[in-house]
Amino acid sequence: MPRRAPSGSILVLAFVGAVGSSILSPAHAATLLGFDDARHLLNRTSFAANPEEINAFARLTREQAVDRLLAGGRNPPVTPPPSWTGEPFQSPRRFQAMSAEERKLARAELFQRAFELQSWWLSEMLSTPSPLTEKMTLFWHNHFVSSQQKVRSPQLMYQQNVLLRRHALGNFRQMLHAVARDPAMVIYLDSASNRKGSPNENFARELMELFTLGEGNYGESDVKEAARAFTGWSINPATGEFLFRSAVHDDGMKTVLGRTGDFQGDGVLDILLEQPQTAEFIVGKLWREFVARDPDPAEVKRIARVFRDSGYEIGTALRAILDSDAFYSSQNRAGLIKSPIELVVGTLRQFKFKTGEVMPFVLAANQLGQALFAPPNVKGWPGGETWINSTTLLARKAFLERLFRVEELRPMLASAMDGGMDQPKGVARLAGGRERFVRAMMEVRFDGNAWLAQFKGSDAAAVQRVVLAAAPAGDAVTRIQGMELIRQLTQDPVYQLK
Amino acid sequence: MNRRDFLNTAAAAIAVAVPGSVLAQRAGASYDRLLVLVELKGGNDGLNTVVPYAESEYYALRPRLAVPRDQVLQLDAHTGLHPSLEPLMALWKSEELAIVQGVGYPGANLSHFRSIEIWDTASKSSEYLSEGWLARAFATAPTPRSFAADGVIVGGVEMGPFAGGTRAIAVTDTAQFLRQARLAAPPGQARNSALVHILRVEQDIVHAAANLNAEQAFVTDFPRSPFGNAIRTAAQIVANKAGVAAVKVSLNGFDTHSNQPATHARLLKDLADGLVALKAALVELGRWNSTLVMTYAEFGRRPRENLSNGTDHGTATTHMLLGGRVKGGLYGHAPALGSLDGNGNLPYGVDFRELYATVLEGWWALESSRTLNGRFQPLALLKT
Repeated sequence: MPRRAPSGSILVLAFVGAVGSSILSPAHAATLLGFDDARHLLNRTSFAANPEEINAFARLTREQAVDRLLAGGRNPPVTPPPSWTGEPFQSPRRFQAMSAEERKLARAELFQRAFELQSWWLSEMLSTPSPLTEKMTLFWHNHFVSSQQKVRSPQLMYQQNVLLRRHALGNFRQMLHAVARDPAMVIYLDSASNRKGSPNENFARELMELFTLGEGNYGESDVKEAARAFTGWSINPATGEFLFRSAVHDDGMKTVLGRTGDFQGDGVLDILLEQPQTAEFIVGKLWREFVARDPDPAEVKRIARVFRDSGYEIGTALRAILDSDAFYSSQNRAGLIKSPIELVVGTLRQFKFKTGEVMPFVLAANQLGQALFAPPNVKGWPGGETWINSTTLLARKAFLERLFRVEELRPMLASAMDGGMDQPKGVARLAGGRERFVRAMMEVRFDGNAWLAQFKGSDAAAVQRVVLAAAPAGDAVTRIQGMELIRQLTQDPVYQLK
Repeated sequence: MNRRDFLNTAAAAIAVAVPGSVLAQRAGASYDRLLVLVELKGGNDGLNTVVPYAESEYYALRPRLAVPRDQVLQLDAHTGLHPSLEPLMALWKSEELAIVQGVGYPGANLSHFRSIEIWDTASKSSEYLSEGWLARAFATAPTPRSFAADGVIVGGVEMGPFAGGTRAIAVTDTAQFLRQARLAAPPGQARNSALVHILRVEQDIVHAAANLNAEQAFVTDFPRSPFGNAIRTAAQIVANKAGVAAVKVSLNGFDTHSNQPATHARLLKDLADGLVALKAALVELGRWNSTLVMTYAEFGRRPRENLSNGTDHGTATTHMLLGGRVKGGLYGHAPALGSLDGNGNLPYGVDFRELYATVLEGWWALESSRTLNGRFQPLALLKT
């Protein structure tokens, strides 16, 4: 439950429930979403919905729909994590003492486990009852970026994911404090080498630029001073746990954003949370994720105030965004490009594919440019139009083509792989990779007729309304049916949009 | 307005009137001159590629890894090539091979990922840019619309220097690309900027596919290796009538942390054989004098060998430029083995963006400071 906020109007918004919200937005309070709005809401907040889910939401008001989405959140994952996540910590430093042969084996194991971790998360996305939790966990993964490429500990990357999903729809203030002492983050942004007398500014800089204030809202001296406050924030190399090393902490006076004191790291985080820019920065980012690439500054300011006054309840910000008229405006339909994960997971979920090992889909997402646990740099995946270039667009289309022809391709699969055709990047590095890939592809099942049967003989337009966010850019689908209809819709450029 | 500006403006006017005319190609940016980039993925060991064989420090730092003095192919009294590069000696002797030593940048980053991003985007080590340096160049001075594409990446899927906004396509095998390209749709109706972008990319694919074929029969014997195949594909692309401004090929496996000698010798042989085949194919096509080939990589390797008979990530390293218009010779700064940094790495003498300025200004006659976000001096290694 959001904290009690000081001002009356905000109090109304902060409370969960239709009563308060309906006072503020009478126009749509009692109106039911209907099919198209429900589709829009679900496709932005989950991984592409199938018709049953859309129909269930079509009978709700905006407020009820958002209530249901938010109430479904915060579930622990339904997919059990790899067993090694519970084993004693393996320090990345162990490599130093190894012989060349041992190091080679350890590297191979690291690669294997990083892949298992990606597979675990993708499996969870495929089977979760709360896609919004996964989308928000992914959102925070792309905000509080760390990468296995540098951290080199799948165990710590897993722990960070657990942290992000625990707070994904929770409280931003608590999440920020937790992330700052998260061991994977401590390694990723070099906090461990930030010592009194020789500060490393990496964490302090990204904290301000990318995690809270955004560029232009702080000065160089703020970074330098804040870095001093975080000196001594380290990890215990034996256990992989956060460790405060008071001996290398600089306990002198620091001045950050005009405030002076002998701040510790947590004190700096609180100063950053007091700045209105922080809430605006986060809301702007949520807007770009859920509404449109170019946020409306007035709306961002309004919702940021609500967010900040709620004590940084993420659900409150999300509710305000998803209740807004801008979210449902016709201008903002079909205007966002699906990320590789959204394309892959969304297609499998929407069309109810049956899958075995998820390996081919992890490889597909990696190849399309979104390797989970390995964003390209501290700024994360830039997203939007950068997802699509000639390579990735053809790869997206080829992926969809293969997927919807999986039934007819099955007899040819094994022999095609023997011929070395189309072996996805990365397969060779996995133990038994090629055989596992073929087996996994053989286990992929799509019953197109059963899927289409739920439309009970309705015309192609009804199918199109589920599959595409807007009318196709290519040929109209009036004269085709069956699998041909599904293939044409999923190959249309508009299928890349949500 | 100076003479060149006037000519450019006049050419632009003509280009509007006669789209894709030969005139437009010649008078503005010189995109009839081709750039071939060769990425040495993983970070090539410059010290064992171009060997400072007269330096006792080199042998002291590398008791096991150093190339023995009597095996070095001597270029002058201090510097020689790894014996695997023997096929390049003909290019050296005909003065078509420029070797630039000490290429790097300030604040070197030792992560493969981050450092190649710095090279690809021509950023400072502290800044994050999302567009590749060639993408920025093509945005400032577009290639002729008649070109099959701005650039082609042979093998690999990362757009690298082409990322963000170019008409660049990735091709592993031309025939396969043409098959896949059938999935691209003809232009449709755009309703918002996201769709406009997707449709533009689809159109680029269709346009490239319509203008590329793999029909050229070469006399040149391409090496039977993945790199040889990439060189063959690159040559096939260059052979097409519709031009491209740049082609990128890559050779993988330079991250030689352990048991380096055999691996590195094989890689350098692959490289040399491939480059020689590339020259032969370009000579066949009459393109050798209008092609500039340049190697690049995320970094070099550490001067001191490690305990696994290999080398760890380093900083500055050596790169090669070759072509019919290259003034062969040694450029840059010989490795300063006596003044290594705190990590034991080499200082740089030539900023990699000086190489890019050489391409932009010296090769394509483009203004470079906008693309490179600063003024970098081109190297005088091209014949005028």
